[in-house]
Amino acid sequence: MSDELTLTRPAAPAAGTGEPLLEVKGLTKHFPIKGGFPIKRTVGAVQAVDGVDMSVLAGESFGLVGESGCGKSTTGRLLTRLLEPTGGTINYRGQDITHAKRKQLAPIRSEIQMIFQDPYSSLNPRQTVGKIISGPMEINGINPPGGREKRVQELLEIVGLNPEHYNRFPHEFSGGQRQRIGVARALALEPKLIVADEPVSALDVSIQAQVVNLLQQVQRDMGIAFVFIAHDLAVVRHFSQRVAVMYLGKIVEVGDRESIYNRPRHPYTHALLSAVPEAVLRDEDETEGRERIRLAGDVPSPISPPSGCRFRTRCWKAQDKCATEAPPLVQIEGNTPGHLTACHFPEEGTTGGGREVVLDPGLVAMEHRDTGSAGAAGSGKES
Amino acid sequence: MTTLTKTEGAPSPTGAGSFLSVRDLHVRFSTEDGIVKAVNNLSFEVERGKTLGIVGESGSGKSVTNLAILGLHNPRSTEITGEIVLDGQELTGASEKTMEGLRGNKMAMIFQDPLTALSPYYTIGRQIGEPFRKHTGASKREARERAIEMLEKVGIPHPKTRVDDYPHQFSGGMRQRAMIAMALVCDPDLLIADEPTTALDVTVQAQILDLLKDLQQEFGSAIIFITHDLGVIADVADDIMVMYGGRAVERGTTGEVLRAPQHPYTWGLLSSMPRLGGDVSQKLRPIEGTPPSLLNPPSGCPFHPRCEFKDKVPGGVSCAGDRPLLPEGRGAACHLTPEQKRTYFIEQIKPRLG
Repeated sequence: MSDELTLTRPAAPAAGTGEPLLEVKGLTKHFPIKGGFPIKRTVGAVQAVDGVDMSVLAGESFGLVGESGCGKSTTGRLLTRLLEPTGGTINYRGQDITHAKRKQLAPIRSEIQMIFQDPYSSLNPRQTVGKIISGPMEINGINPPGGREKRVQELLEIVGLNPEHYNRFPHEFSGGQRQRIGVARALALEPKLIVADEPVSALDVSIQAQVVNLLQQVQRDMGIAFVFIAHDLAVVRHFSQRVAVMYLGKIVEVGDRESIYNRPRHPYTHALLSAVPEAVLRDEDETEGRERIRLAGDVPSPISPPSGCRFRTRCWKAQDKCATEAPPLVQIEGNTPGHLTACHFPEEGTTGGGREVVLDPGLVAMEHRDTGSAGAAGSGKES
Repeated sequence: MTTLTKTEGAPSPTGAGSFLSVRDLHVRFSTEDGIVKAVNNLSFEVERGKTLGIVGESGSGKSVTNLAILGLHNPRSTEITGEIVLDGQELTGASEKTMEGLRGNKMAMIFQDPLTALSPYYTIGRQIGEPFRKHTGASKREARERAIEMLEKVGIPHPKTRVDDYPHQFSGGMRQRAMIAMALVCDPDLLIADEPTTALDVTVQAQILDLLKDLQQEFGSAIIFITHDLGVIADVADDIMVMYGGRAVERGTTGEVLRAPQHPYTWGLLSSMPRLGGDVSQKLRPIEGTPPSLLNPPSGCPFHPRCEFKDKVPGGVSCAGDRPLLPEGRGAACHLTPEQKRTYFIEQIKPRLG
């Protein structure tokens, strides 16, 4: 993997001030698999994150998308140092925090906060809202002017909750309100970076928008940088200025929102975008508008990922080279600066054209039967 | 509250011959906190070979309705009134034995979470073959052959060896395929899919949706597809029913509901969802407030506490007092005049959708 061509030269994003807040190089996390009797040995490793390079600028929102098991949540936990990386480096404002000890981390922890996915399990049911939100201040020994209670009430107001609810318990709130409590807790220490791990995916559609808007407002008003982890491509597009697409522990494509969503080059990004169902009905003459790509099967196991390019087992363009050589994450010809793709045989930078690629054996067989069209099972077809 | 006419929400009488017809369905649960009115005055019909999409948020009564059709509610704590007619057979009040003969045979269900819906103790093949043996009296060997055939149909590679695997040896997408195989093993005429793709990744979701569409073409079954995702509905459904607070608030064909929605709740749903092609500089427009409690539902229109158009209703009609009725066929349960619905959608809602 060529480091000099990676994310260290990001294009200036709209909201970022240009100063890199967090820089990550070759970040790796392997979870050991123990087996054997009577002495347990390490017999393998789940390669959850395998060589991720990225940087987050101050005040920008960086989106991380991918399917379940691609390592996006593990990356989030590594960034907040809730997990110890196996390899690579994490630099926060020039300080190496990759293997920093608990005591060294303490001041940095207050600047990097996290918002969790499940608003039901991430709040202690036996603590009042006031106690939950003032917890971070207590731990860090911060006494804001006017007292902690006043600060908590301010925070409750910022996130759109009634300050009088200070003494209530989490079960008295709905899912959306609980997530607001989680946001208030993350804001309590005035962080510089918030890692939000699927913050809206457990919420109902009409409530999702409320929380997304709140996060966006907080980001603009307080200039907090976000690492926004989600599997919903439309939500990530709405929230993030730069987006990275992950597949099996690696970033396969990264770039500005515009560039990733309108001119994707990696086949996997194409497949992901084409799979998003859209509530917009197209007029009859427009039906050719979107690509239809149906991959075969599921994401392979990260215990023994495919050699070379990890996407090759599900890719319709894979050739011998893909099995032997892992493609570096580089800027390919025709891409805007900062748009990096890890692919030997990149796609055209368009999402239109109404192209069909069907790799799923069940679908190929059935469509073959229906229409009598060509396309052997498993080989896919392109029209 | 207005007196409820019995025909409220009933689709056109010509639909009497339709395959599944639900009329005036009420489902109530007794709980410690009181009576939960989970479904109220619900009427709809599904034709053979068609897909009805039911959209709604959690607690809107969509799953409860379908469990009522399948007769899966606990009769001791549930009160079900109204009519559910499947192919001329009345299901409300039918004996447990009758229901048993129908479930898995004439009607089948695909559940949301394939990991909890499959038993970890039996092989996939045995679980697919079980309803087949029960309803057709087939032998073990025949059931196994049938299971292999079904696995092949839903696109599982090497079905001859995979048939003896246990659910934990399958990936999420494959488990959902196995569930579909299990639901289709007796060629059901009615298939109820309750959020079948919510637990799956988008790429796998797209495969499963295409698979369901192809299988429907082959088997000609009627499908009720429950989801909260309007994008998924746009992809699979012929007709859409939008539910809110235990009631149907809007109904029509997929084109009608998504191109020219009439109910403020449907507008809210559409404008609160970010889109791949939408304008990112524009803020999302969430529906303010939270879904209603079914223990103590709001008077009048169930949506009125969250509705931004409730002041626009003409002629002294109070949204908090009078509950609007859902007209027959295409329409929305809302007091706004048809003219208002059209102009508000075109002038105020459509620009937000980008």
